[in-house]
Amino acid sequence: MNKLDAKIPAGPLADKWSNHKNDVGLVNPANRTKLDIILVGTGLAGAAAAASLGELGYNVKVFCFQDTPRRAHSVAAQGGINAAKNYKNDGDSVYRLFHDVIKGGDYRAREANVHRAAEVSNQTIDQLVAAGVPFARDYSGYLDNRSFGGVQVSRTFYAKGQTGQQCLLGAYSGLIRQVARGKVTMYSRRDMLDLVVVDGRARGIIARNLVTGEIERHSAHAVVLATGGYGTIYYLSTLALGSNASAAWAAHRKGALFANPSFVQIHPTSLPQLNDYQAKLTLMSESLRNDGRIWVPKAKGDRRSANTIPEDERDYYLERRYPAFGNLVPRDVASRAAKERCDAGYGVGDTGLSVYLDFGGAIEKQGKAAIAAKYGNLFEMYEKLTGINPYEEPMRIYPAGHYTMGGLWVDYNLMTTIPGLFAIGEANFSDHGANRLGAGSLMQCAGDGYFILPVTIGDYLADKIREPRMPVDRPEFAAAEKEVRDGLAQLIAVDGSQTVTSFHKRLGRILWDDCGMVRNESGITRALESITALEEEFRRDVKVPGDTAELNQELEKAVKVRDFFALGRLMCHDALARKESCGAHFREESQTPEGEAQRIDSEYSYVAAWEYRGERAPHTLHKEPLKFENVEIKERSYK
Amino acid sequence: MKIKLKIWRQPNARAEGGFVTYPLEGVSTEMSFLEMLDYLNTTLIDRGEAPVAFEHDCREGICGCCSLYINGRPHGPAGETTTCELRMTKFEDGATITIEPWRSKVFPVLRDLIVDRSSFEQILQAGGFVSANTGTAPEANSIPVAKHHADEAFDAAVCVGCGACVAACPNGSAMLFVAAKVSQLALLPQGRPEARRRVREMIAKMDDLGFGACGNIGACEAECPKGIKLTHIARLNREFLKTGI
Ligand SMILES: Cc1cc2nc3c(=O)[nH]c(=O)nc-3n(C[C@H](O)[C@H](O)[C@H](O)COP(=O)(O)OP(=O)(O)OC[C@H]3O[C@@H](n4cnc5c(N)ncnc54)[C@H](O)[C@@H]3O)c2cc1C
Ligand code: SF4
Ligand code: FES
Repeated sequence: MNKLDAKIPAGPLADKWSNHKNDVGLVNPANRTKLDIILVGTGLAGAAAAASLGELGYNVKVFCFQDTPRRAHSVAAQGGINAAKNYKNDGDSVYRLFHDVIKGGDYRAREANVHRAAEVSNQTIDQLVAAGVPFARDYSGYLDNRSFGGVQVSRTFYAKGQTGQQCLLGAYSGLIRQVARGKVTMYSRRDMLDLVVVDGRARGIIARNLVTGEIERHSAHAVVLATGGYGTIYYLSTLALGSNASAAWAAHRKGALFANPSFVQIHPTSLPQLNDYQAKLTLMSESLRNDGRIWVPKAKGDRRSANTIPEDERDYYLERRYPAFGNLVPRDVASRAAKERCDAGYGVGDTGLSVYLDFGGAIEKQGKAAIAAKYGNLFEMYEKLTGINPYEEPMRIYPAGHYTMGGLWVDYNLMTTIPGLFAIGEANFSDHGANRLGAGSLMQCAGDGYFILPVTIGDYLADKIREPRMPVDRPEFAAAEKEVRDGLAQLIAVDGSQTVTSFHKRLGRILWDDCGMVRNESGITRALESITALEEEFRRDVKVPGDTAELNQELEKAVKVRDFFALGRLMCHDALARKESCGAHFREESQTPEGEAQRIDSEYSYVAAWEYRGERAPHTLHKEPLKFENVEIKERSYK
Repeated sequence: MKIKLKIWRQPNARAEGGFVTYPLEGVSTEMSFLEMLDYLNTTLIDRGEAPVAFEHDCREGICGCCSLYINGRPHGPAGETTTCELRMTKFEDGATITIEPWRSKVFPVLRDLIVDRSSFEQILQAGGFVSANTGTAPEANSIPVAKHHADEAFDAAVCVGCGACVAACPNGSAMLFVAAKVSQLALLPQGRPEARRRVREMIAKMDDLGFGACGNIGACEAECPKGIKLTHIARLNREFLKTGI
């Protein structure tokens, strides 16, 4: 059986989605009220979907682990959301947006999905504005745009540095309206711990009530995962501490293939790690690179303070290496270049693991007021967190784990390889290939949730209207619940001597060093061995205090870390199998003589989708070949 | 540095709670306040004691999860700062720091420092939205919005729904939180059609849930980590008068 039928509709690229919408099955309004949908995750993707599905009349049960849906990590997105409105009359179009995303993803994304994401992007802005999202406007009263992430047009809509918060609150307001109408039932403070599959179809979940510890069974006609990214696998990242892969991993173990797990974006401008206690790396928006210049001292180990280092003793290494794009090279290029300088001994700060982002020149040219108007809130945040005033001294930054392009494999309908299980938002792999462009994720999340899933899930449900509600006393539910209970009890029973967090830190370090910005065969092999050994130690010696039947934050963390071990290994296998460099995945063995990433299209132009075969069995690799019929494949060059 | 922590411990919603004192050595001024609590928890787990439960997620001041009443002030001593953004540099070596959950009967304690803020959800569900179904929206630029209105709406919309305003208010009123939403949507043409119903229903729900009345004291504004201004309460009051109740 070919596990990977992407179900891409026939016809010209630009007509696929319209044709598909005309062809799919529909459920009439009266019948929708007989159908139940479980939706896990309330970020921009999940909240938009919940609102839209509730409006259509389905019975939607929504889950999130925070106390309210509006705290999902979409709230932290800063920079903006893309759309092809062409309000700036600068030649933008759906095709150009599509083209930029494909190119930015280094030709490892599916054309049809990306084009559709670009098509619905404009409607997303309309929808968010109608919901009361206060996007930035200019004096005419019309919406403002900025240029973001190294593209040549201004297509990014923004709300100061809080675009994610505002978009999420807009989608959330649609969700709570459906809660008030009784169409959406909200289950907050729940962790999804397993997926229930009945007769080969996703029919429910097992969730843990995080306040009481109760294990609950929930059934539905279809299940949607909108559970976000797993960048927290590195321990330190720009994500919220609760972000995790456990729901996706549960689905994976039940048969959903996991695509491109090693494609992780490392963001170049985050606050550096300052000490061992640090729990989080705060992102400093990419927009800072529009005016800030990145440099390190020309002399190795130069410990003089930044302002005392004369101009001609500074190495503006991005401008030196990439004269055409300079400080605005894509994220992966900027990240690797910073790592290269620091590894070579030119890094600054106590740890030598940071580089300067300097606004001195910009302030001199444009004046302090102009810089404050653009970046005031970011400068304040930086000063709050570091005690350093960036108007006077350069910022110190370093790359951090940020976004996972990998995720559950989905077909054109956003359905995983388990019928009835859908994945939307960052949780799926679909649109960003090997690298994501700035402001592209919010665009995809909102599009998936508002406009795509509501159509494609209807198609799936169209022939299920006579199916009665699934009783939760079926043996499949009992078996899944037992497995969950046993797993939790096991974690407590170890009663070892080391905290969950100490294991998470060590796992993160292994992956950061050998499956992070730069990878090679011997490093990845070493990482695989270390992870396996560490996991053994975890099973033998982790200490999870307390009980399963109570509010137990250590137990919540333990579940996440347990699943990260397995996912971490899969990341390594994926990175090992892809012996090319592409996008954020840089294999040292595959570089040009100048040290730039070398893609190998003849061998690796595919999506790697991994099948779970049991806890100790190796995964099976399935390949979805990628065809490019509407763009010309080029080498990325920022020289 | 070496500090002494006086922390509210309560195993669950039904149990009695009380303060427990923990001396803590080896605290670094480089820690954030929550990293200090992470560190305390590590020492507690190592000693076989239950770690202190506290709520947090983003650790960058935007999700609104973190709370904590620190030395008698919501989110601690720094202005316009959430607890997760607070740094240990704000405390002296040798200091005693008292940490409590939000104190309000509408926010019952679930465990230790974690409270149930779902009453905020109920208020928002009563009217904190624009009834724009997916697909109905007109072209985004078809309705211009004066820049100063959009900017002011944004200033209200940055509320993170943390509940510090309620915890700070001697009357336990949620007026600043409600006003932030009412004001944001009242300032935008998209929110106007439902403005009257919105303010009426949200206020009614707030009263129903047992939040106190607003006495214009201003403690909420002083403690709000996002700088939400009392002027939004004034706008709410004007909107409320328009409903003719
Ligand atoms: C600091 C930062 C800045 C960013 N800036 C931008 C930007 O400017 N523009 C842009 O386009 N993108 C940006 N991104 C990326 C973008 O914000 C995310 O990719 C996107 O918001 C993810 O949304 P989501 O809906 O898929 O998931 P999330 O918003 O992460 O939501 C996940 C949801 O799943 C729930 N969940 C997870 N696991 C479970 C479980 N086991 N059980 C129950 N519930 C669960 C959570 O409770 C939550 O509700 C940024 C990311 C970060 C970290
Ligand atoms: S108004 Fe301020 S204090 Fe009150 S919930 Fe909003 S952000 Fe928190
Ligand atoms: S943890 Fe998110 S605001 Fe403090």
